[in-house]
Amino acid sequence: MYQYDEYDQAMVDARVEEFRGQVARRMAGEITEDQFKPLRLKNGLYLQLHAYMLRVAIPYGTLNGRQMRLLGDIADKYDRGYGHFTTRQNIQYNWIKLEDAPQILADLATVEMHAIQTSGNCIRNISSDHFAGAAADELVDPRPYAELLRQWSSFHPEFDYLPRKFKIAVIASDTDRAAMRLHDIGIQIVKNDAGEIGARFYVGGGMGRTPMIAPVIRDFVPALQMVSYAEACLRVYNRYGRRDNKYKARIKILVHEIGADEYRRQVEEEFAHILTLGLEPPQAEFERIAAFFADPGLESGLADGYDRSDPDFAVWADQNTAPHKQAGYKAVVISLKPAGGIPGDASADQIRLMAELAEAYSLDELRVTHTQNIVLPHVKQSDLYALWQKLDAAGLATANLDLIGDIIACPGLDYCSLANARSIPLAQKISARFASPERQRTLGELKLKISGCINACGHHHAGHIGILGVDKKGTENYQLLFGGSEAADTSLAQIVGPGFNEDGIVDAIETATEVYLKARAEGERFIDTYRRIGAAPFKEAIYG
Amino acid sequence: MKILTGNDLASGDVVWWDGKGWSRDVNDAVDAGDSADAILAAEEAAQRVNAGYAIAATKTAEGVRPAHIKDRIRALGPTVRLDLSLRPGDPDAASRVI
Repeated sequence: MYQYDEYDQAMVDARVEEFRGQVARRMAGEITEDQFKPLRLKNGLYLQLHAYMLRVAIPYGTLNGRQMRLLGDIADKYDRGYGHFTTRQNIQYNWIKLEDAPQILADLATVEMHAIQTSGNCIRNISSDHFAGAAADELVDPRPYAELLRQWSSFHPEFDYLPRKFKIAVIASDTDRAAMRLHDIGIQIVKNDAGEIGARFYVGGGMGRTPMIAPVIRDFVPALQMVSYAEACLRVYNRYGRRDNKYKARIKILVHEIGADEYRRQVEEEFAHILTLGLEPPQAEFERIAAFFADPGLESGLADGYDRSDPDFAVWADQNTAPHKQAGYKAVVISLKPAGGIPGDASADQIRLMAELAEAYSLDELRVTHTQNIVLPHVKQSDLYALWQKLDAAGLATANLDLIGDIIACPGLDYCSLANARSIPLAQKISARFASPERQRTLGELKLKISGCINACGHHHAGHIGILGVDKKGTENYQLLFGGSEAADTSLAQIVGPGFNEDGIVDAIETATEVYLKARAEGERFIDTYRRIGAAPFKEAIYG
Repeated sequence: MKILTGNDLASGDVVWWDGKGWSRDVNDAVDAGDSADAILAAEEAAQRVNAGYAIAATKTAEGVRPAHIKDRIRALGPTVRLDLSLRPGDPDAASRVI
């Protein structure tokens, strides 16, 4: 894992003290809320429906045990005993007191964490593949590149007041586990015909009010020029992005309106100029960063295979582990989606337990997934059973990864001041309706995502089944969408028909699964069947 | 009736104008009538409330009921964590909000 150098630590510490002073002036009435709001937002502190909410950055979703333990301690000490892992690989606390916020940031700084740039019209936390460094199918570990981008984008003065927020994801495998093409910039680390490592740039994707899939803007940028190319992409956006209309201010609108070819032309022109300035990081600096992500201590010579005699364990191991690049290891996904539970929520005790298990079984590493689960990336197969027993005892061994119970849901109207409808109760009802593990496995991979408003924090456009909550004359109403995907086969879900109330939408989903089970061909997932037979049979069954 | 809500500056708690100050309980809210803007301006200037605004509500036999579901949830707390709401001992509290 990357470790702060003296500059990183000094920057974060200085920001803590700066914010401490800003909070003191606000509490003393020396500055107004209008003056204070942009300052607190720059430190991740929102004022939500019930209280202040603090969003803490987890760069590319990677944590060590010490950091995770502190996240649990913060939940106990400053919040109400739990945290919420988000679809941007971050964690949010829902009940923060303003007077405590500076000390929380000071506590975070002791473990090389912060909440900088988790809000505002700037470059947000860089996200990545949650199996990075472990995935059997990755070309290289994408995190050194993500870290390079993190350093470039942190406090970048030119990009501190962009037209809108800006999200970047970096992956290094053909299996997209980061919804890469639904980001403002999606970067895939690739190898060219000459065998050189570089970056493929997708620009102009996003969900929200106007969902778009990012087109390829450049097929290959040499690795050390990646930051300069990103700078060119941002510079064109910063110059021409719509500042007159918040709803048209994201880069996807610019790329769409002027066209990918014209956007590319302008970026290339800017890129050529930037290259003359010699701003690329030295190879030695990249190697310094990459060294932090080198082998975390994986043992060689281990054999694949483990005792599967406990049937409950075997089901979990089949569902919630992924192939590892090193023989004898697995990447383990801890589901934060128990039947009837709140997606992404974990108690302070559960958070601390996951920290302990990471130290004991995963070479002191954890990852937060954009699907609101936690990964232990480096678990010896011989340790899987002992790990599962401890997870099971803590209610963390739900075997539903990528099944209908593994629902993404935004906080919705239960917590969010922007929401139009509640998301969490729907997730609870759906996961309870489909609580049977056998039923879930019979349905197979089925990604269900719920947003409580058009801003799409719950990624409903990318759900095989998506649900969008809307306000219909003061009551909650839920639109049903089918056909989305955030994987390598990225597609945008489409609205099926008129909306439903809370109970109606659960029934409609159950009906859709029945249509799928009757129509599916051998080996087809829900999304495959939907793409093959289209919406009509589903509509007919749901609406008559 | 028109009632006033906002947040306590230091704690962030949701508060309601009770005619003399700010209460955590929506049932203490009083009709601000035509004075809403003036009260909010004075209270915000004095740092006694943060991010205040006026909403429509009705007074029922059960208490004060904000017109919009968002404010009803604001008044109760998260419907999915009633243990953290202002009605932790009332299992039907969420259903009355909806």
